[in-house]
Amino acid sequence: MTKIPPQAVVIGASAGALEALTTILPALPADFLLPLMIVVHMPSDSPSALTELLQARCRIRVREAEDKEPLSGATAYFAPPDYHLLVEAGGHLSLSNDEPVLYSRPSIDVLFESAADAYGPAVVAIVLSGTNRDGAVGLKAVVEAGGMAIVQTPQEAFAAAMPEAAKAMCPGARVLSLRDIAAYLQKVGSQP
Amino acid sequence: MKKAIPSEKTEDIELRLLLEALYCGYHYDFRNYAMASLKRRLRQAREQLGFATLSALQESLLHDPATLPRLIGYLTVQVSEMFRDPAYFRAIREKLVPHLRTYPSLKIWVAGCSGGEEVYSLAILFREEGLETRTQFYATDINHEALARAEAGLFALDQLQLFTENHRKSGGKSSLSDYYSAAYGRASFDRSLRRRVVFSDHSLVTDAVFGEMHLVSCRNVLIYFDRTLQDRAIGLFKDSLVRKGFLGLGAKETLRFSPHAGAFADFVREERIYQRRAE
Repeated sequence: MTKIPPQAVVIGASAGALEALTTILPALPADFLLPLMIVVHMPSDSPSALTELLQARCRIRVREAEDKEPLSGATAYFAPPDYHLLVEAGGHLSLSNDEPVLYSRPSIDVLFESAADAYGPAVVAIVLSGTNRDGAVGLKAVVEAGGMAIVQTPQEAFAAAMPEAAKAMCPGARVLSLRDIAAYLQKVGSQP
Repeated sequence: MKKAIPSEKTEDIELRLLLEALYCGYHYDFRNYAMASLKRRLRQAREQLGFATLSALQESLLHDPATLPRLIGYLTVQVSEMFRDPAYFRAIREKLVPHLRTYPSLKIWVAGCSGGEEVYSLAILFREEGLETRTQFYATDINHEALARAEAGLFALDQLQLFTENHRKSGGKSSLSDYYSAAYGRASFDRSLRRRVVFSDHSLVTDAVFGEMHLVSCRNVLIYFDRTLQDRAIGLFKDSLVRKGFLGLGAKETLRFSPHAGAFADFVREERIYQRRAE
């Protein structure tokens, strides 16, 4: 069986996001091949603090996503507060103002489902720490499209509920520590 | 023998055919909408209207007249707020109004007005600034139900606390409660506010320029379009604006990727308010 190399990474995190992302993103090299799209639930009045904080520690570019922005490798695109982030089949981003899903906007499910549609088996989706169940349905869509599903080890997570919910919905998902997630991404996102 | 499996995902084929049916049958053209969120809305419509597939929804769309308005509702309804992003309205008040005052008469176009939150916000702001009586507002949308709601000027009462707070943050010079009365769980806005507003059906996809505008405000509409359609709409705004007229977009929308970007200059950069260049 030939494995399809991933073309993109999608990540969802809620409570405990900063800790999890500061373990994963700084581990990625400046020539990381893949774009990363990231939804973090946070209050809408503290938009740029997270991207600035992470950019200071990362070799990849970290920024807030703009509507219709074409994707590049070695870049982490964060959903702006109060907008859903989606990826289009042509490899660019879209924002939407549609209703919150599971009380969340941005919603991890919305991003993951769009990535499953746009990339099929060529996407890696990762559910990190959080206190709700956003991401579980989206992760299932990724699995059904043949993509790679990864869940942070719940015992290690600051908040276990979100990875637990994702694991329950997708029993076949790989359950990895933050360190192992970083190592996995380094492997799939570097020059062959 | 070739395997009898479609080369494209079945749902994607159905989706394209459904959009063709909407266009051929009713001249609603969603074919150049941003696909990811459109697909999400169509899936939602399919489930909630009780169809097993998009093909079944398409059949009903073509044969049952009741289906069209229900589907359009799913595809176009926006959730908005009065004075949404108060800093945008503050920028209009503080930075644009001094320029707008220099014109003896004003035309303002709210493109994609949905339930009317934005045009009522502007009407209140213009009254507060003493510009209302020289202004003609145009509020357009493709959703007839939304236009009817906008024209009625009714909003859910439980939203008024948020609207009031937004209005205050936008630099409001009066109390929002001066402009509405509460009845049956709804806030009914003062009829005099829409005296100078024309509500009408206009599509950024298929319709043309209809007047010379001093300000076009089109917020969180372009995000639903693909690049081709965004270019068309922005071209339409450019052709609608007087020289040195203003274009206001949503907080996360930008002209940066548009071929028309050169025709505009940043006016209030952080609020995505642009000014049409003079040449």
